[in-house]
Amino acid sequence: MSILVNKNSRVLVQGITGKEGSFHASQCKAYGTKVVAGVTPGKGGADFEGIPVFDTVEAAVERTGADVSLIFVPPPFAADAIMEAAHAGVPLIICITEGIPVQDMMRVKHFLADKPVRLIGPNCPGVITPEEAKIGIMPGFIHKKGNVGVVSRSGTLTYEAVWQLTQRGIGQSTCVGIGGDPINGTHFVDVLGMFEKDRQTEAIVMIGEIGGDAEERAADYIKRHVTKPVVAFIAGITAPPGRRMGHAGAIISGGKGTADDKMSALEAAGVTVVKNPALIGEAIEKRLKKKGAGAGGRGPGMKAKGSPKTKAKSKSKPKTKAKK
Amino acid sequence: MNIHEYQAKALFAKYQIPVPNGKVAFNVEEAQAAGDALESPITVVKAQIHAGGRGKAGGVKLAKKKSDVTPLAKEILGKTLITPQTGPQGKEVKKLLVEEGVDIAKELYVSWVADRATASIVLIASTEGGMEIEEVAAHSPEKIVKLSVDPLIGYQAYQGRTVAFKLGLPKEVVGQWVAMLGNLYRLFVEKDASQIEINPLIITKQNKLMALDAKVNFDDNALYRHDEIRALRDLDEEDPLETRATQYGLNYVKLDGTIGCMVNGAGLAMATMDVIKLAGAEPANFLDVGGGASKETVKQAFQILLADPNVKGVFVNIFGGIVRCERIAGGIIDAAKEVSIHVPLVVRLEGTNAKEAKQMLAESGLNLIVADTLWDGAQKIVSQVR
Repeated sequence: MSILVNKNSRVLVQGITGKEGSFHASQCKAYGTKVVAGVTPGKGGADFEGIPVFDTVEAAVERTGADVSLIFVPPPFAADAIMEAAHAGVPLIICITEGIPVQDMMRVKHFLADKPVRLIGPNCPGVITPEEAKIGIMPGFIHKKGNVGVVSRSGTLTYEAVWQLTQRGIGQSTCVGIGGDPINGTHFVDVLGMFEKDRQTEAIVMIGEIGGDAEERAADYIKRHVTKPVVAFIAGITAPPGRRMGHAGAIISGGKGTADDKMSALEAAGVTVVKNPALIGEAIEKRLKKKGAGAGGRGPGMKAKGSPKTKAKSKSKPKTKAKK
Repeated sequence: MNIHEYQAKALFAKYQIPVPNGKVAFNVEEAQAAGDALESPITVVKAQIHAGGRGKAGGVKLAKKKSDVTPLAKEILGKTLITPQTGPQGKEVKKLLVEEGVDIAKELYVSWVADRATASIVLIASTEGGMEIEEVAAHSPEKIVKLSVDPLIGYQAYQGRTVAFKLGLPKEVVGQWVAMLGNLYRLFVEKDASQIEINPLIITKQNKLMALDAKVNFDDNALYRHDEIRALRDLDEEDPLETRATQYGLNYVKLDGTIGCMVNGAGLAMATMDVIKLAGAEPANFLDVGGGASKETVKQAFQILLADPNVKGVFVNIFGGIVRCERIAGGIIDAAKEVSIHVPLVVRLEGTNAKEAKQMLAESGLNLIVADTLWDGAQKIVSQVR
């Protein structure tokens, strides 16, 4: 079944005439995604590789029935682009832009709160349901259709994990990049819930990093609501406190948001936490095998905790205590 | 982006937030002149560095008479202060803030901070000023009051009043408190701050509120729209390699280890650092070259990595998605020809046209080792460096 996007998704690209927008609209279309419209204010009436361009999101939606917006608009204008799409009633907005000011995102989040809209990102690679729809900048060829859901705060690290899975013959149901910003539209918890309900997804890979408490909240959610096997990797064991590690949201602040804390919380929730990112594929393979070999058809609502079959040990070297 | 206390206080003054009279000084003569110009009998001489904990490290001194300013300034200027926030190498003091001494009746704590969880600007206030707020949070959390402001509506006076009465502030101070919080919030929003902390915010013996210290940080993502804030940047407070990296659009953080890394993507860059540690060595840096990875970028990145005397080996880990691996390989080969790389170099390329890229590297005649997987690469560079 997959989540969020599929072969029927109708995508409009905001910023389609810019360098990034045009390149990626083309790539998504080549993958087989239904790219039905583009929006660049002032370029309405133009045509990009057969895709009609409109001045406003409202006009694009009205004429083409687009139900997903993919945003490639530079940081000073991206929050505005998100709000325009939300106001026009686009139910799923995927914002790739990195560098949006934090307070702009605060205003966007509050603006979206009372609207039937889901925002993914910003500062994310997008969402892909392999062999159906690629709505983002990820390389299509590394993906393969299958039964593992992937949710991640990262871009290239996600590709690293996905490639490991594909090379082992393990396909993906949907891969969701939630992005590296501190304030974003969709959290781990939201996607985990969707994967739990999705019949096609049988196991989940979660890729987190330092900063914030999204992984801790996810751990709590997994304890209470997720029965499917979860494998996680948390990047940033070696990150020093107080420094922004690339992503605006990747910063250990006041002692909070360390990789250690996140890994402990997830392990306590029954998640297989790998310390070596090279072992993600192997770990998921093991959890899938265990599940298949007589886990007894656990359905939603049945707790995985406590079952000896799900007590997978971490595939890692003994944990060394982080120096304080 | 960080700024100094004296710069933060100048900003506060622009927003009608009361601060002690004072002036920045860059040498001993200026410090004495600044002290002489102040009316108060007692003068405070404060080191200006981008780190807290200055007092305990000997960076804040009281001059009981005016003539004491010179010897105190001599003592602090040029000193390397080591505080829990500077790290063991400490920070050299290059400027001072010379300020009037103020009579303190009570010390409070106030900060506004951008909060992810509520996607809003949150106030943290406490009657326990002059201490580490983390200590207060650990031992007397009931003495901390929090408040979050709706970003679409802004700060409202009733919010400030609620906090004032919860904290039990004296009646005479409530009006000032409410106004001051509003001014701080306005500053936060108008200048795209990420945090404003006043510790301590004092009540003087004349029942006046005053910010005795000021710490303001700004959202890096918003600097493009604040030329006036960017002008406050102090390159002396930054690592020179990190400053150089930002000039070339590279995301670089210097660490202490021996393995330099060059990666595309922040998450993958962190994971690469982690894997190096798992393989038995320490990363020398975080470096995200981003989606570009052109010959110029790679060349600049190599030069920055190699300028770090701790670096005994370099690990390049690129996952080429949209960016084609053979282009990156070409960039590495060209760059390596122009920059003499005198340490072991391991390159791992994966993704689009990876096979072709690996072939190019193997045939380049360069002294480098090609790795297949991330783990393979990490193990190879670590064993080369041993």
